[in-house]
Amino acid sequence: MSAALETVIGLEVHVELSTKSKMFCGCLNEFGADPNTHVCPVCLGMPGTLPVINKRAVEFLCKAGFALECTVAPFSKFDRKNYFYPDMPKNYQISQYDMPLTTGGRVVLPSGKAIRLNRIHLEEDTGKNVHAGGHMTTSEATLIDYNRAGVPLMEIVSEPEIGSPDEAEQYLMVLRDVMLYIGVSDVKMHEGSLRCDANVSIRPLGTKELGTKTEIKNMNSFKSVVAALEHEISRQHACVASGERIVQETRGWDEVRGLTYSMRSKEQAHDYRYFPDPDLPPLSLDEATLASWRSELPELPAQRRERFITQYGIPQYDANVLTQSRFDADYFEAVASASGDPKQASNWLMGDVRKSLEAHGLTLSTSKMTPAALGELISMVKGGAITGRAAKEVCDVLVAAGGDPKAIVEQRGLAQVSDESAIVAIVDKVIAAQAESVAAYKGGKAKALDFIVGQVMRESRGRANVDVVKRLLMERLG
Amino acid sequence: METGHEIREAIARRDRSAEEVTRAALDAIGRVEPSLRAYITLLPERALAKAREVDAKIAKGEPVGKLAGVPTAVKDLFCLKDALTTCGSKILANFKPPFSSTVVERLDSADAVIVGKTNMDEFAMGSSCENSAFFPTRNPYDLEGVPGGSSGGSASTVGARSVPLAVGTDTGGSIREPASFCNIVGVKPTYGRVSRYGMIAFASSLDQAGPMTADVRDAADLLGAIAGFDPMDSTSVDVPVPDYGVGLRDDLKGVRIGIVRDFEDSIAVDPKMAKLYKDAYEDLRKLGATFVDVTLPHAKYGLATYYLIAPAECSSNLARYDGTRYGVRVDGDADVYAMFDKTRTAGFGDEVKRRIVLGTYALCSGYYDAYYVRAQKVRTLMKHDFDTAFAACDVIACPAVSCPPFELGAKSDPVAMYLMDYFTIPMSLAGIPAMSVPGGFVDGLPVGLQICAPAFEEARMLAVAHAYEQATRHAAKLQPVVS
Amino acid sequence: MADVPIDIAYISRLARISLTGEESSRFSAQFARLFDFIRELQALDVSGVHATAQVIPLSNVMREDELKPCLTQDEALANAPAREGPFFKAPRILE
Repeated sequence: MSAALETVIGLEVHVELSTKSKMFCGCLNEFGADPNTHVCPVCLGMPGTLPVINKRAVEFLCKAGFALECTVAPFSKFDRKNYFYPDMPKNYQISQYDMPLTTGGRVVLPSGKAIRLNRIHLEEDTGKNVHAGGHMTTSEATLIDYNRAGVPLMEIVSEPEIGSPDEAEQYLMVLRDVMLYIGVSDVKMHEGSLRCDANVSIRPLGTKELGTKTEIKNMNSFKSVVAALEHEISRQHACVASGERIVQETRGWDEVRGLTYSMRSKEQAHDYRYFPDPDLPPLSLDEATLASWRSELPELPAQRRERFITQYGIPQYDANVLTQSRFDADYFEAVASASGDPKQASNWLMGDVRKSLEAHGLTLSTSKMTPAALGELISMVKGGAITGRAAKEVCDVLVAAGGDPKAIVEQRGLAQVSDESAIVAIVDKVIAAQAESVAAYKGGKAKALDFIVGQVMRESRGRANVDVVKRLLMERLG
Repeated sequence: METGHEIREAIARRDRSAEEVTRAALDAIGRVEPSLRAYITLLPERALAKAREVDAKIAKGEPVGKLAGVPTAVKDLFCLKDALTTCGSKILANFKPPFSSTVVERLDSADAVIVGKTNMDEFAMGSSCENSAFFPTRNPYDLEGVPGGSSGGSASTVGARSVPLAVGTDTGGSIREPASFCNIVGVKPTYGRVSRYGMIAFASSLDQAGPMTADVRDAADLLGAIAGFDPMDSTSVDVPVPDYGVGLRDDLKGVRIGIVRDFEDSIAVDPKMAKLYKDAYEDLRKLGATFVDVTLPHAKYGLATYYLIAPAECSSNLARYDGTRYGVRVDGDADVYAMFDKTRTAGFGDEVKRRIVLGTYALCSGYYDAYYVRAQKVRTLMKHDFDTAFAACDVIACPAVSCPPFELGAKSDPVAMYLMDYFTIPMSLAGIPAMSVPGGFVDGLPVGLQICAPAFEEARMLAVAHAYEQATRHAAKLQPVVS
Repeated sequence: MADVPIDIAYISRLARISLTGEESSRFSAQFARLFDFIRELQALDVSGVHATAQVIPLSNVMREDELKPCLTQDEALANAPAREGPFFKAPRILE
């Protein structure tokens, strides 16, 4: 890539809201049902039917707006976006054009860089076209499932301030975390509940004016967003290098071939003819309603991260990891409180717990280990009831099967042994067996002692009190 | 056939059964239908089943609805579950909705007997019923004449005295003009007074359902049955529905009636019409009313305003008819857009296409502000005109139409047809209630007097119309030519 | 009769209606007459006047997030001009 050019990316992110019912009718809002079973006359766009706004969807959007520091508009309305497409029951989409529910706001990336938002607006999702025989243009027919038609959708539009595909990915991750935290969407990109279009352009470094942009569609995972953007940026660089003009157009991302392609639509003339939907009175939400919605917001990832660092004294990296999901952060706080030792709670969750979870293919939310159990385990280590080494074994059992740490220790005979008479025998046995190391230690290699301690611990199945072991060894080896 | 309230009382007294009444109505319709063709679909089985249900309730002494046993027709744009609902269009020639409109549900719960679905101008666009995709309907007072439109079938069947009650819809005059042409009462309520749910949309910000009836009392009863807030229609208004029948008056003492000075030149064009309205105002005066001159300075912009707003909304509302989910499809050879094009080109009639094209244009980027937004601003001015006028008067009396019923085919020029709504459009744009009540005859044909009132003052409007009707009894002076 | 600035071919394509040449020229002539009225609107001073989108002003009309019964699949598809199994069926999309 030429060093003299910089990348400018703006993202339009569509997030399906996890309301019970659809945006404008009482049909169940649920992914994965049999085709055309979550439909009614309203979301099928039958003649004479009318939309009625789902209050919860408005609430969810406002909450997302609060979380992203947006301003809720004092007056907002719904408009019709008119165009023909077979997955649109009415051949217009109810959306918001010039008076969206929120304006402004920002998404703060982990790096500290803030990407400003232009707006968040509320609209209805379309149905889904299934192309019989595979690809859209080669298939014999279009088969349509309207279950998704009318699902509430919020569109989060950023300013063109994202500087790289990496930043785009971070932006999406922050958005995902926030949406999960506030519980307005399950943001599953593979199920389409988070979808993303990107506007991409390049321009000489340091200039203000935006270059000709292309719009990239069909990216259906965080990975494909990065790959598509990388491809598109290098394509634009190549255009510039060869003196070719970049054409303003919509380009699709071909996951299989790993490239973007022009989506010239010769059939569709695009003039959306927006006008206020005469079926829907405007929204003018009162302060009391907004205040009560705002008060229901949980602490957000960024705030919580800061608090973890200052309140618990844990490292920034740990705080980042622990606050990624609201469940994990809640879990950490419960363990910290149960154990009375936040630093140890963090160490365990970042270290041994994570390892065990990965080994068993689990997450904190799917594991049977309770925060109370982990907290107790940490207390037991601190109180000398078990050694750190034995605790790793208990932890693995807890992660895999849950249970009470005391019972597991008892059952497995893992209690720490501090009784000298019991340890002496092992110490003597190891000294006898490890003559070479003993000689090395006596010859001045201090490190050899660690090895000998380790052997004693191993011999005791991790139960021996390590301080007692060390003292006994020192006594014997001088 | 008598009025709806007479029938209802006879059934309540058990002088006659609802079934007898229904059979009589179906017979009456059957006799005149070959000459009038007021119905797209008749529902004799549904009607008789409902009548028997009413009779059973009465036999058991159970309470019955306000319209118990009264034969009622509905315009064919009210969705009625599992019954053909065409909106007068080929594109919906086979459509059987899986749900009923709120108006139909309220008629059912008022125990009205729905006898059939009436002919109309396609998608309610027209003023003569000639734009029906199926056949024209005739005027029961002149078989060569049109019944008016778009609610022509409803007007014709009530005018022929086949049934006492019908429901129509009015966007720019589609209840009032046919009511005038067919010697009946037609009421366009305040916008938002009656739910639009399940009523196939033409222009959403203007469409409003209302009664078309034998007399004012019937209109009051029918309006009371169908009016009121509906959670399925966000534009329906949550204000209480009074018992409209209670306030009907027999005199007009103390009533201040506004006369629109801006309409005088238009009325004067036809001396016979001018005479009729002069006489009508005189009759109002005799009842004790006082007159106030009012002005509606923006009324003259009504036609232009209406023909930007209504087509714009219609172009969007009618986009859904694409041959995919319901209705009649015409397959294209190439792809889905060819199918859309062929379906819509074959499915819509001339007037509908004209308005879709006009409305699409009015909403296009670059023109939207100049046309649609400007029209909405003029709409604001028109609303202010009425607010100012009603500060000085209780109701306004003015012509409903500029002429008596005309002959089929007489108005082939669409703009001439649009001008038929000259006196009715301003009230539609302002959203206020307005009605036509029989006002006399010109060349032996019926002409209606229009009464309008401030928003949600239907009771006041009906009270004035009732006093006028009782004093003049114009409707009874002329009998239909078929019966 | 002044001419009308409508590109009927473009507009009818947006509206997905195919007009014949005869229809296009007839509509044009009729629109020209209507625009005689519409031009009077253009002459009216509407500065400072707000646009009425809804004539009876309402706001915040919303419903609770509650479920209502859906149609059955067969009811949903009963009016479909063409269906294939549980789907509505339309011709393919050529882009």
